[in-house]
Amino acid sequence: MTGAIDHTVINLTVFVLAIFVGYHVVWNVTPALHTPLMSVTNAISSVIVVGAILAAGSRGGGTGALLGTLAVGLAAINTFGGFFVSQRMLEMFKKKEPKRPTSDSEPPTRP
Amino acid sequence: MTANQVALSYLLASVLFILALRGLSHPLSARRGNLLGMFGMALAILTTFAISRRIDLALGALAVGAVIGLIISRRVQMTQMPELVAAMHSLVGLAAVLIAFAVVNDPAAFNIEVPIPGGNRIELFVGTFIGAITFSGSIIAFGKLAGLGKYSRLFSSAPVVFMGQHGLNLLFALFMIGNGLLFFLATPDRQWPPFITMTGTAFLLGILTIIPIGGADMPVVISMLNSYSGWAAAGIGFSLNNSMLIIAGSLVGSSGAILSYIMCRAMNRSFFSVILGGFGGAEGAVAGGSEQKGVKSGSPEDVAFLLSNADSVIIVPGYGLAVGRAQHATKEMANKLLKKGVSVRYAIHPVAGRMPGHMNVLLAEAEVPYDQVFEMEDINSDFGSTDIAFVLGANDVVNPLAEQPGSPIYGMPILEAHKARTVIVNKRSMAAGYAGVDNPLFYMDKTMMVFGDAKKVIEEIVKTLE
Repeated sequence: MTGAIDHTVINLTVFVLAIFVGYHVVWNVTPALHTPLMSVTNAISSVIVVGAILAAGSRGGGTGALLGTLAVGLAAINTFGGFFVSQRMLEMFKKKEPKRPTSDSEPPTRP
Repeated sequence: MTANQVALSYLLASVLFILALRGLSHPLSARRGNLLGMFGMALAILTTFAISRRIDLALGALAVGAVIGLIISRRVQMTQMPELVAAMHSLVGLAAVLIAFAVVNDPAAFNIEVPIPGGNRIELFVGTFIGAITFSGSIIAFGKLAGLGKYSRLFSSAPVVFMGQHGLNLLFALFMIGNGLLFFLATPDRQWPPFITMTGTAFLLGILTIIPIGGADMPVVISMLNSYSGWAAAGIGFSLNNSMLIIAGSLVGSSGAILSYIMCRAMNRSFFSVILGGFGGAEGAVAGGSEQKGVKSGSPEDVAFLLSNADSVIIVPGYGLAVGRAQHATKEMANKLLKKGVSVRYAIHPVAGRMPGHMNVLLAEAEVPYDQVFEMEDINSDFGSTDIAFVLGANDVVNPLAEQPGSPIYGMPILEAHKARTVIVNKRSMAAGYAGVDNPLFYMDKTMMVFGDAKKVIEEIVKTLE
């Protein structure tokens, strides 16, 4: 065995393990929250804003910086829009919990 | 910041993203999870600013994007969530493409060697074409969901099919891969033509692969595009050697893939049959051809009378409820019934609506307590002992034909509304559902149809209940 491990191999290791984590975490998401799941994952995938920030900060300015700046703007819409709309939705799911414990009027009876 | 510090803070951000998804396992922990996700994102962005050579442009763009994002997140209606999510997928896709172009333009800005090593080129190629397909595909999906079909046939919610469609797509795919290979082999001064051609072809492919998929298959499409946007982010992470992007991208990618699987299972269709498209859309074709069978139709007043005399009611919401924005009226009706001592529950089919979990969000918006809302497996056995199943704008998901071998929807798991003692169905017309299959539920002796817009009908029921 010779040589250092290639970047690509390290990346692949991270990639495969992360897929397993994702698989197990997502199967635990309750179906009622599948829409928030989509908007949260959407916000998370906008983490490519990180790459865009680096591009926008390239020394020479010019084309690369322009592309990067545009990408930052697009991804930022997702970051903020995604997380805040999720928060708004999840707020709705939370609200009624204290208000109505199932004790009073007609608990859903299960035969 | 040293490279190690940066890597560690990215690691922390990745863990926060995982915890954000983990929080969604229950409505009570979901809010905290979402906050953790925000912290993770803030950490990732701040860290990157700390190592960036120049931040003014990025900061400005971030501020503009943030304002737009915040306004959208405040203003969007819950019934419009599918469109919003599709639009957002397209933004991620386009951002990925732009970043890839910036990398090819100036690899040194990303600490990548010049000329770009072979491995990174393959990764760039993959990240770019997935990003491009996500972008244009999501635009088409957005158009279909937002009902832009009247402006262009591309956005028609009926499948757009033509001869040799799949062959053409295959040809384009091969052409795209060919250009990717050329890009891989090209010297730095010749890399742009194949890279640009490849990206252009991918944009075209995104459009072509989504147009043949009909409106009600959108839950699958939107989950699939969700998945793609994740893979695009992971692809960019590979090219930038950034573990956090890879982790975040893979989480999103697998999440979308699982959702697609769940949606396909709920329709008893294979993923490929959905993707190849052409299903449904021949609206009313079958219904029109069938003999005129007797349908019992009633007025909202009749419905109100039946409901107030029942002991137990299960409401089955569908796309019609979303279109009619009837969720608040429905909740008001349920409240009136609860006060009269009627037990009211909601039964949700996984593919009801236009995206996974669509109905749950609408009911949550109307402040329906989530302990009254049940998933299909949990409530199906209760229909038999229920007085009234009230079907609101749903059709295929309650079609008993799904239990008959030989029918086009045979094997699709359905809500067994037909087992209730009385069935009330609200629909706008007698047109067949998306699958183009007539629904025998409507012709049963115990079924009463009440025609009209869901919101208007329910508001009248509420009035009568008073």
